Amino acid sequence: MIPTKFEYAKPSSLDEAFALLAEHGPDAKLLAGGHSLIPMMKLRLAEPEMLIDLAGIPGLTGITVRDGRVSIGAMTKHATLAASEELRQHAPVLFEAANALGDPQVRNRGTIGGALANGDPGCDYAAVMLALDATFTVAGKGGTREEAASSFMVGMFETTLSPEEVLVGVSFAAAPASAYVKYAHPASGYPLVGAAVVLSMNGDAISEARVGVTGVGDHAFRAGSVEKALAGVRPSDRTALEGACAGSAAGVDVRSEPAAGAGYRSAMCDVYVSRAVLAATRG
Amino acid sequence: MPQIEIDVNGAHHSVPVEPRLLLVHLLRDKLELTGTHVGCDTSSCGACTVLLNGESVKSCTMFAVQADGSAVITIEGIGASDALHPMQEAFWKMHGLQCGYCTPGMIVSAVDLLRRNPDPSDDEIRAGIEGNLCRCTGYENIIRAVRSAAAALRNDESRHSVAELLPVGGSN
Repeated sequence: MIPTKFEYAKPSSLDEAFALLAEHGPDAKLLAGGHSLIPMMKLRLAEPEMLIDLAGIPGLTGITVRDGRVSIGAMTKHATLAASEELRQHAPVLFEAANALGDPQVRNRGTIGGALANGDPGCDYAAVMLALDATFTVAGKGGTREEAASSFMVGMFETTLSPEEVLVGVSFAAAPASAYVKYAHPASGYPLVGAAVVLSMNGDAISEARVGVTGVGDHAFRAGSVEKALAGVRPSDRTALEGACAGSAAGVDVRSEPAAGAGYRSAMCDVYVSRAVLAATRG
Repeated sequence: MPQIEIDVNGAHHSVPVEPRLLLVHLLRDKLELTGTHVGCDTSSCGACTVLLNGESVKSCTMFAVQADGSAVITIEGIGASDALHPMQEAFWKMHGLQCGYCTPGMIVSAVDLLRRNPDPSDDEIRAGIEGNLCRCTGYENIIRAVRSAAAALRNDESRHSVAELLPVGGSN
């Protein structure tokens, strides 16, 4: 399958990228790892006239941990995250998501920034970023702004990123008691349900929980009622845990497809959220 | 038309490419290295897997122009008919193929896996070839082949060492 014709540019600075974006407007598309965009171009679902490859811009990759805060460059590959001992320690939820998505070849090319900016309703990282209460750094011609993950995601393939902006990184407080658990579609590997949980514990009881869910609605969401219900719960008390996780997709317009109808998906959402809570307590 | 500089199996090429030319089509149609197969053409099956700067990638899911300045190893660079790589020998010996269509990609992925993990468990082998689909074998003999090649390579660091291909990638 051959994409439509386009021009290709590989700027060596963000300023050059902004200039190209300004010049080409909506006809331009940013290329990160290309593992969503290139398949879409091959299917001609995306037909950019100008492809701006971010791979030549220095400073957009890497994982930094400083003063309990983790920062990750947008062009950092899944494979780098999936192999990071620092991440495994400070944010197992993200380490696990990076290992659970795609396959080795996809992880060797795809990037965290590309995945998040694409806004796929099945983006594994989206749930993780919500649970981590992450901050996204977005650069534009006029400067840099920060936005909460929760407001960045708007709808299916829809974010607040404007056509002239570049997502340059994400950051979040370290979350050692965290986990990502996924019920993957058997063929595509995308999450039918992906549950990300970050916990604060008080002894063996949960004092605070943040729960992000992906794959279930048209974009990832925080399961607010479950978060409230989890406070004070001892995860070892299975009845209390399952009770708190019931109705995790309440109020969400749950997606339905042959592999998982809406009712089944909602039921599995409760199950996977409770499994993620249990997994997050192991550390 | 952009001109790219690319090393393929140790040979340097300077080629003009249309930006929309996929890496797999550069390899197959322009450089006539038809060992790399196009299977699903949708980033799923892994038949087009090659090593890019030492890392396995699906060559149907990147443009040739993105590989400017890179070093690529295809199945032709891993071994030849008269000098098979131990991984190729193992696939042959252990019946790791039937129709053979997925085999070049499967072997490249398996070689990549062993360079990162010279002694993988069966589960690690399964995870390592997760990006490669085979519609004939049911995978069992492929797992046996990779296990057997791993043992052979651990015992023979000299001639066909996987390390000789390229340094393992992993930089960002």
